[in-house]
Amino acid sequence: MRWSPAIRRGIIAVPFFATIGLAIRLNEGPVRPPADVARPGFAFRDETAAAGIHFVHQRATFDRKIANVEPHVAAVGASVAVTDVDGDGWPDLYFTSSRFGAANALYRNRRDGTFEDVAASASLADLNRPGDGVCMGSVWGDFDNDGREDVLVYRYGYLALYRNVDGRHFADVTASAGLHRWVNSNGAIWLDYDRDGLLDLYVTAYFRDDVDLWRLATTRIMHNSFEFATNGGKNLLFHNLGGGRFEDVTDQMGVGSTRWTLAAASADFNDDGWPDIYLANDYGPEELYLNDHGRRFTLTTAGLESESKSGMSVTLGDAFDRGRLDVFVTNISERGYLFQNNNLRLNQMVEASRFRNVADATVADAGWAWGAQFGDFNNDGSSELFVANGFISADPHRSYWYAMSKIAGAHSRLFEDAATWPAFGNASLSGYEPSRVFLNRGVGGWVDVADQVGVRDRYDGRAVATADLSNGGAVDVVVANQNQPALLYRDYPDSTNHWIAFRLVATRSNRSAIGAELVLESAGGGGRGGGRKQRRIVDGGMGFASQNDRRPDFGLGVAEWADRVVIHWPSGVQQVLTHLAANQFYTVREPER
Amino acid sequence: MNPASSAGVLPTASSWWSRPRLDPRYLIAFLITLVLVAAQFRYHMVGGYDRLAVALGTCLVTEALLSWFVRGRVVNLLSAYISGLSLTLLIKPQGGVLWPFVLGGVLAISSKYVLQYRNNHLWNPTNFAITTLLLAAPNRISVLSHQWGNDLATNLVIWGFGLVITARVRVLHITLAYVASFLVLTGLRSGLLGQPLWPEFAPITGPMYQLFVFFMITDPRTVVSLRRWQIVVVVIIALVETLIRVASDQAWYLPTAFSAAPPLVALALVGPVAKWIDLRRSAPRT
Repeated sequence: MRWSPAIRRGIIAVPFFATIGLAIRLNEGPVRPPADVARPGFAFRDETAAAGIHFVHQRATFDRKIANVEPHVAAVGASVAVTDVDGDGWPDLYFTSSRFGAANALYRNRRDGTFEDVAASASLADLNRPGDGVCMGSVWGDFDNDGREDVLVYRYGYLALYRNVDGRHFADVTASAGLHRWVNSNGAIWLDYDRDGLLDLYVTAYFRDDVDLWRLATTRIMHNSFEFATNGGKNLLFHNLGGGRFEDVTDQMGVGSTRWTLAAASADFNDDGWPDIYLANDYGPEELYLNDHGRRFTLTTAGLESESKSGMSVTLGDAFDRGRLDVFVTNISERGYLFQNNNLRLNQMVEASRFRNVADATVADAGWAWGAQFGDFNNDGSSELFVANGFISADPHRSYWYAMSKIAGAHSRLFEDAATWPAFGNASLSGYEPSRVFLNRGVGGWVDVADQVGVRDRYDGRAVATADLSNGGAVDVVVANQNQPALLYRDYPDSTNHWIAFRLVATRSNRSAIGAELVLESAGGGGRGGGRKQRRIVDGGMGFASQNDRRPDFGLGVAEWADRVVIHWPSGVQQVLTHLAANQFYTVREPER
Repeated sequence: MNPASSAGVLPTASSWWSRPRLDPRYLIAFLITLVLVAAQFRYHMVGGYDRLAVALGTCLVTEALLSWFVRGRVVNLLSAYISGLSLTLLIKPQGGVLWPFVLGGVLAISSKYVLQYRNNHLWNPTNFAITTLLLAAPNRISVLSHQWGNDLATNLVIWGFGLVITARVRVLHITLAYVASFLVLTGLRSGLLGQPLWPEFAPITGPMYQLFVFFMITDPRTVVSLRRWQIVVVVIIALVETLIRVASDQAWYLPTAFSAAPPLVALALVGPVAKWIDLRRSAPRT
């Protein structure tokens, strides 16, 4: 029997309409959440108020010439950094605000679960001043190796370096350090790129340094491309000369990217013993600068050039317990309009000289994602991911995305002129987005358990920092929200899992041990912590406008000891520790020789 | 199905440029290949060769299977090739998922066989597939987030080749009529709503519109038959697009697809109706 064409078309119509139905079904996501969503092994509790943290970020205001896009331009500045100001072994917190006259807050840990704001007495409160600029963030490190952590505050305006005098008071040493530079910066990191035992400073720049956002000579200050912009400010590398002096070595070291860098992180990605620099660039591809023995950096592609996006933050963690530091870079996703997708880049630098993006659809789309951090919240030996989201929450019924879609593809002459952009008015732009907490299920992929573990805020998250604030083997999360209250999420991991943490005291390396990498090797012991390698780094700044606890911690699962820990000190010294009992902090001093 | 077009070249050919009746799809295929290669070479726009392989493979296989099933023979696969490349360029999925390219390919090609009137398909296949996916699965796909650098050189190359080839294919009047309509209507909309003009003109300098004006509205198989009606239809498309934009400007509720891709939705709404009327009107009376 031969069917007529009409019948044949009718037969084809069945799979045709089934395809449309399938698309509708796939739009909804998984039919059933994975079983372990109900048992993530940890919970977060919002204990911000109970801890006495009442910080509310205030955003900047700028020249009225760019009033039409001010909500966009002023949508950064909420930052948080973990430090130990007084060296008492309990993490403190420093938040920045961004409106002239608004105070930054330095919360000293009272060791009883509460904090007190000591910023004013420490001379670290009043840093938002006309003429100096507004704060965008801070990064802490002991640049003079006196045993106390100092702080660099970066601004849309002048850099500010404060020396920690006695654990309670700080002195402005910006000018004497040679750092009195106008940089419209959103980020900075400490690293010892030449391994001379002194912390050097890498400052990222966003707007050009000839842009004064309060006295604009032109409105042509924006990006010249949505995804390939190169007209941003120039990043700067300052070499620590010792004696409290820094020298600008940007050009001779080859690290002066002008790609609108929003965040930087440093680690020895290729295991050659020298710290490299990884950049998350807004409106452009990520960049990796490999360190050539402290003599110069080389910009390498490493597979990063193929996905030009809008990098918001860069954080490092061992995503799959391979003993490598992988990279997570957040980007923008807005359903129907734009899927730039977050990148989870597997570090294959040693064997293949490249990174491989392995972000699945879940972890790739967190909305308009900002700060993120890895943390083993359940101490099972695998790192989870906390991602803060949301750009501008204003009128929930008006979205700027349609307006954004008009300008985003436009020719650069239109795009780079702020005056050409449609007016924001009171519109939201990816506002009211929930934070995400991605549970690491290994080969099973990632699953968002934010709601199950108690993370339900819809603030415009920016900076995320992790710290064990009560020294109890938990990875607490602090979020600085833009123009909104900060949040402290206390981590409550299941008590069946164990942990171990380290406080490093450097002697030959920089005193803060920033850049030291620790590899924990577990031969067995059962649970997910057994038979794996985990790598951590002492953080000199990562994420977006944030810095984590400088004391690396590891989840051990049900293992009651760590078989072997190898510490790679920034000086090049390796130190091996064996058979360490679980559930305690170890203070480790760098061998003199 | 036009047997000559399925064979590729009509019989009066002489030299490449002087061939008056070269199957227009060859020129269009050349142009879109050029766009893809240039965009990938300069901007890594494809976002992964697996996407290209999946979209292209799905379109070619679907076309081969369906044409064999319906017509008893495998037709020229040039149209499927164009659809595959267009989908690769225009679909930007959530994460690295590939299923939108599979479903998009199946929808694009099978729409030609299912949504017919008097043995003619009504929708431009790529336009139908992308609009349907945007409507059905906005949580999982978006349209062309990877830009073309926002630079003049890339724009000029694409516009230059596009204009030459549309002229050669004798559909330049459609492209120009749409562009003129867009500019006029945008100016009117901008004036009526009190909006600055340049942000409203901005989209047409972007990549989605370039693909739209050179590949979609000029599709020889789905445009109406008479030149003056072709112009009328694209003016109506621009008018519907303007209405969608007015609604979006006013923040009226619309499915995301409307605000994210106004010209694509306008074409999907107007094109088939026009084609249906054209086919009905031009059918021989019995």
